[in-house]
Amino acid sequence: MSLLEFRDVSVTYRGADADVPAVRGVSLSLDAGRTLGVAGESGCGKSTLASTVLRLLPESTKVTGEVLLNGEDILTMKWGKLRAVRWSEAAIVFQGALHSLNPVQSIGKQIAEPISLHKTSKNPNKRVGELLEQVGIPASRADAYPHQLSGGQRQRVMIAMALACAPSLIIADEPTTALDVMVQAQVLDLLSGLVRDLDMGMMLISHDLGILGTSCDDLAVMYAGRIVETGPAVEVFDRPEHPYTQALAGAFPRIGDPQARYRPIGLPGDPPYPGDIPTGCSFHPRCPAALTECSSVSVELRDAGPGRRAACIRVGS
Amino acid sequence: MSSVATQRRRLAAGHFWRRFRKDRAGMAGLVILAVFILTAIFGPLLISPDALDVTKADGDRFDSPSPSYPLGTDEAGRSILLMLALGTRISLTVGLAATFVAMVIGTSVGIMAGHFRGLSSHALVGVTDWFLVIPFLPLAIVLATVLGPSTLNLIIVIGVTSWASTARLIRAQTLSIEGRPYIERSKALGAGNWHQMSRHVLPNVFPLVLANTTLTVAIVILSETTLSFLGLGDPLAPSWGALLDRAFSTGAVSQGAWWYVLPPGICVVLVVLAFTLVGRAMERIVDPRGAAT
Amino acid sequence: MIGARDLSVVFGGRVRAVDGVDLEVDAGEIVALVGESGCGKTTLARTLLGLEKPTGGQVLFEGQPLDYRALKAYRRQVQLVLQDPLGALNPRHTVYDAVAEGLRIHKVPGDEQQLVADALSRAGLRPPERFFLRYPHELSGGQRQRVVIAGALVLQPRVLIADEPVSSLDASVRGEILRLLLSLREELGLTVLVVTHDLGLAWNIADRIAVMYLGRIVEVGPTAEVLSDPQHPYTQALLSVVPDIGHTEQIVLTGEPPDPARIPGGCRFHPRCPVVMEECRSATLPILTVEGVHRAACLRTNP
Repeated sequence: MSLLEFRDVSVTYRGADADVPAVRGVSLSLDAGRTLGVAGESGCGKSTLASTVLRLLPESTKVTGEVLLNGEDILTMKWGKLRAVRWSEAAIVFQGALHSLNPVQSIGKQIAEPISLHKTSKNPNKRVGELLEQVGIPASRADAYPHQLSGGQRQRVMIAMALACAPSLIIADEPTTALDVMVQAQVLDLLSGLVRDLDMGMMLISHDLGILGTSCDDLAVMYAGRIVETGPAVEVFDRPEHPYTQALAGAFPRIGDPQARYRPIGLPGDPPYPGDIPTGCSFHPRCPAALTECSSVSVELRDAGPGRRAACIRVGS
Repeated sequence: MSSVATQRRRLAAGHFWRRFRKDRAGMAGLVILAVFILTAIFGPLLISPDALDVTKADGDRFDSPSPSYPLGTDEAGRSILLMLALGTRISLTVGLAATFVAMVIGTSVGIMAGHFRGLSSHALVGVTDWFLVIPFLPLAIVLATVLGPSTLNLIIVIGVTSWASTARLIRAQTLSIEGRPYIERSKALGAGNWHQMSRHVLPNVFPLVLANTTLTVAIVILSETTLSFLGLGDPLAPSWGALLDRAFSTGAVSQGAWWYVLPPGICVVLVVLAFTLVGRAMERIVDPRGAAT
Repeated sequence: MIGARDLSVVFGGRVRAVDGVDLEVDAGEIVALVGESGCGKTTLARTLLGLEKPTGGQVLFEGQPLDYRALKAYRRQVQLVLQDPLGALNPRHTVYDAVAEGLRIHKVPGDEQQLVADALSRAGLRPPERFFLRYPHELSGGQRQRVVIAGALVLQPRVLIADEPVSSLDASVRGEILRLLLSLREELGLTVLVVTHDLGLAWNIADRIAVMYLGRIVEVGPTAEVLSDPQHPYTQALLSVVPDIGHTEQIVLTGEPPDPARIPGGCRFHPRCPVVMEECRSATLPILTVEGVHRAACLRTNP
């Protein structure tokens, strides 16, 4: 049984004028002890997808499909059970650590909050100290305020908060954006280490295909609310099949590759707004390899090699 | 002006009016204001100044409202309704003019104090603080006594004593805008201080100025009422404050002449309310992003 | 074309943001100034633009020291592209106003509308008229950045200084903006100085690269050479953590980038250096002088 499984999940926001389909029919799975990377840019629906795991979306949002955590569907869970599940079985490390921390509370207090709520430890302060050490911050700094810490340290505090109730699943949403490369490497190392040592599952969300390709086991690429490619992370990064993945990979050139000198790879136009998705294959207006059929025919994920799937008309059969 | 700019302005104006029309609170305020403004403009044209003349008054003393005197009469038998109508022009003029003075001084000082650094900024802040600290009424009384009782002097006095809190507010907002990248970009393009302040800071503090104006109008009209009530305004001008002054000093309260005491006060309240409604509506619309910054 | 000699910028007497820099960017060159946050690269860029006054040394333009009384004229030659296009544009000004601003400040003669349209086209926004009346919040990130670039181009500068020009944009959009910078060099002979933390960006478009650490340039040279054969341990560490497959061992430095208010004695990198030697703690390293040659400020390579 997978730790986490999305079965044909669709999320539609109720907008003022029209409904906005942020996620359209996504199916993914993640096993314990493994890392799943979800790659995509703004508007692709990756953060929305992550929010469904803890049912954090506003009441007016329409969510269909199933989100199974250890076999139980989150979407139909009773409120009491959901509250118990939140944080103790699955936790999120949110985007933008700077703004997710309460500036007027010490970090120790904030980490202790879920612990006290879920009553998972008899001695919250001791547990806070353990957590801080686990993420590489001296336990003595538990009384510090967020503004007294650096960006990298704040991110670690977010991770410590996520670990507070020893969840089996961690979702990290853009954990390294706005961090320097060196600190980024430290945080990624920390996350991989934790997954290994604590046998958790991790869903890592980012627009940086590079870090996903090198720190995750499996990789799924999202565009306009749909999954357009999946496979083992290393392979998807190294030999992308879908034209969008190719462009995304190209945006992070291989240093040392003479092909990439003076040849920046990018796509014309912009990622589509979820309320304004093109017909047919949603990628076709920007696709360098688009065929005439692409504007009217939408393709499902199809086989593109062993363990690989891509939603492109040019791939597979 | 280039054709692009005119085209854009026309578009913006039409757009603004369309949106304003949909705002019910704003329209209500506008209607109330329109009534008062029309009264202010046409009142003195339609009502002969004889209405103020004590010798020409032919009503009974403190007569309660009747068909010929809808709001009753004062101590000299003059129609209160007519005097109220005539007073509208005074009160509104003083109100708007003094607000204008206060806003111009307050906004300029505020922007300059926020934009410049060093000695000039400290000096401006110091002056602002001085005006904030001195109690309004004693200062206004002193100034009014020194300048003499007239409507113009009233405008000056109120304007000069009411700008300080605006300046404070605008300065704070200016400081926060000064940190934004587009100010830096403007500097990098070669803009001087005047350009930065007028083309970047001012448009972005404008919503705050607008909101503050409605508050200031309220304070100003109340100030005018107070000062006239204290007898510091033009004694001949029947502003609402002057009417109230006379109502109290001639013993209208003990006479039970509520029609003398209430109407001026209600007018003040209505005008202040109208300005507030309109101001808030404008504030909601003016920001291009449609959300409070 | 533009450069610095022995430049230092100290804030409040203690924070040595730029601590002795020699830099030269030749006409038509694209140079990447690379480093982590706090290394002083943004301060250096702003000082080159004349937005900061140096506390020591000089900014040179076409060989002459910068005249701070004639800054306005200087601005027509050297322009800035900022990191955050949403913040860089006044939300109340239309695209037209944003681009025309430079023209109005400098009272440039000619048909304003035509000049604005030209600049927008050059920056890739076509047809330009369609964008005149739009507001920044109605545009996408990539389009906004093009507007900022158009605003800089409209003055026909010789030098463009771009501070993290693509880091706040979506990944798939970056390539277009980078290609735009390259084409501006081709078509207009523009000299470009790009400030960034992204080594991949430097690999993509820079002729030469200068790596900064704590206010000093620690390594400089042609991009291909510096990034394939880095000499300074800091550059080596930075390269090693760029995510890549089949990589050599990652050198993850411990701790945070240190405080420019407390620069270590000796080689400023020595507390974090994985190959530090005894001499490094006390030796003073001279400011790297810049010629086209690949140099690194390290005792191991330049004893």
